[in-house]
Amino acid sequence: MAKRKVVLTYPPEQVDKPITYHLVKDFDLVINILRAEIREEETGRMVLEIEGDEEKIEQGLKFLRNRSIDVQEAARDILLDEEKCVDCGACTAVCLPKALHLNTGTWKLEFDKEKCIFCELCARSCPLKIIEVAF
Amino acid sequence: MLKTYQEINEKIKKGQVVVVTAEEIIDLVAEKGTQWVAREIDVVTTATFGPMCSTGAFINFGHADPPIKMAKVWLNDVPAYTGIAAVDAYIGATELSETQGLSYGGAHVIEDLIMGKSVKLKAVAYGTDCYPRKDIETHITKDDINQAYLYNPRNSYQNYCVAVNSSDRTIFTYMGTLLPKIGNATYSSAGQLSPLLNDPYYRTIGIGTRIFLAGAIGYVAWEGTQHNPVQERAPHGIPMSSAGTLALIGDLKQMSTNYIRAANFYRYGTTIYVGVGIPIPILDEEMVEFVKVSDAEIYTTIIDYGVPRRSRPMLGKVSYGELRSGEITIKGKNVPTAPLSSYAKAREIANVLKSLIREGKFLLQEPIERLSLERTFKPLEISREGI
Repeated sequence: MAKRKVVLTYPPEQVDKPITYHLVKDFDLVINILRAEIREEETGRMVLEIEGDEEKIEQGLKFLRNRSIDVQEAARDILLDEEKCVDCGACTAVCLPKALHLNTGTWKLEFDKEKCIFCELCARSCPLKIIEVAF
Repeated sequence: MLKTYQEINEKIKKGQVVVVTAEEIIDLVAEKGTQWVAREIDVVTTATFGPMCSTGAFINFGHADPPIKMAKVWLNDVPAYTGIAAVDAYIGATELSETQGLSYGGAHVIEDLIMGKSVKLKAVAYGTDCYPRKDIETHITKDDINQAYLYNPRNSYQNYCVAVNSSDRTIFTYMGTLLPKIGNATYSSAGQLSPLLNDPYYRTIGIGTRIFLAGAIGYVAWEGTQHNPVQERAPHGIPMSSAGTLALIGDLKQMSTNYIRAANFYRYGTTIYVGVGIPIPILDEEMVEFVKVSDAEIYTTIIDYGVPRRSRPMLGKVSYGELRSGEITIKGKNVPTAPLSSYAKAREIANVLKSLIREGKFLLQEPIERLSLERTFKPLEISREGI
């Protein structure tokens, strides 16, 4: 038995498809949805922990890729250098689950890692380049 | 007039001056009234900390032996302009490194110099009888060079638009990452704390005004480029989109990276976050009316950056109060908002300037010339030669 953590990025036309059902039913995989950010007619993201036979996992991921779903190994962590942060808020513009948000009293940046879906959009959107993705 | 600059400066010297920030004044006016505030408050401090591309530094390197009249110059592989006297150069924030591309630029050179880091200087020349040397490569720090001062042709915009993207793909702009189908909205102004939004007709902010520039004392040198005072204004006088601008000058050697930071917008290039603080004297009740405005009363225009043209479609007006709430409505859709300029830093700078004035370390300078209220902002038309 093997275990993998992956980030799926869905094109809008795949958002309404029950793909986790197929992973369970057709490939006999144990699926744990860690994070999901799926909205109709928009690009969706899901972080999955997949457990099962190594070969079946590969087949399952191939099934996803064949449906134009982008599959990436999940980042282990998003690291924000708080010392260097100027609290501009540019990263919050792309953080759809609002893990990165400005406190409306202090206007300082706060990072609620529980809500992070590891999409990594914040890292490239940070003008000071102080958000790092750790694998 | 209730108070003069001279009277306020006398109070600063005696340690009797009463200073509040442009944020604190809002509640104070609501509570005590315009007359009381005009009498009791002497100075209101304003500030902003945002990305300002039109920023750069003049540097004089000193003369080598034998001397060189630099024709091309690079600082850490970033080209600087030296088409002026032999060892003078201007390094602009958005100029990119010839070896590191979009990730390092003039902004980073300026930041490195301010931090006291050593910067590689390379120059070439054609050689003259008076300047025989044809090339040079050495290292400099801010302590080795002669003058080094920021001269920023356009800073501290009086208002700026809100950026959205109606196209089907994510676009990467100087207004940050704009998600498709109006998936987000970004804005970049300190709103109620911003200098020119608190002095909409440039009564006290003009040429010669002493300011806080990135941790140093600086001055308003001129009207900024693209100064556009004729922009549509709300009844209280505040422009509804980008309007006036300032050209600022200040000593790089006195600056601190706590108040100025090199930045990099993904797939756009480099720019620099500049911290600016400007004191506004409360000369009379009219000034109170100007400085009392709050985010709820300051409006700006939503612009669609998904259309890559000079005249981009306008999608309506929105107040900074609404923008700060984290969500606005555009075409019936709820859109999350995010700032690009740091309100926390702007607030910090307004408070630092307040302390400097209270401690008698910063005197007000009356402008020697007012900024234009008539200038128009012309486009560049593409014409055939000779027409």
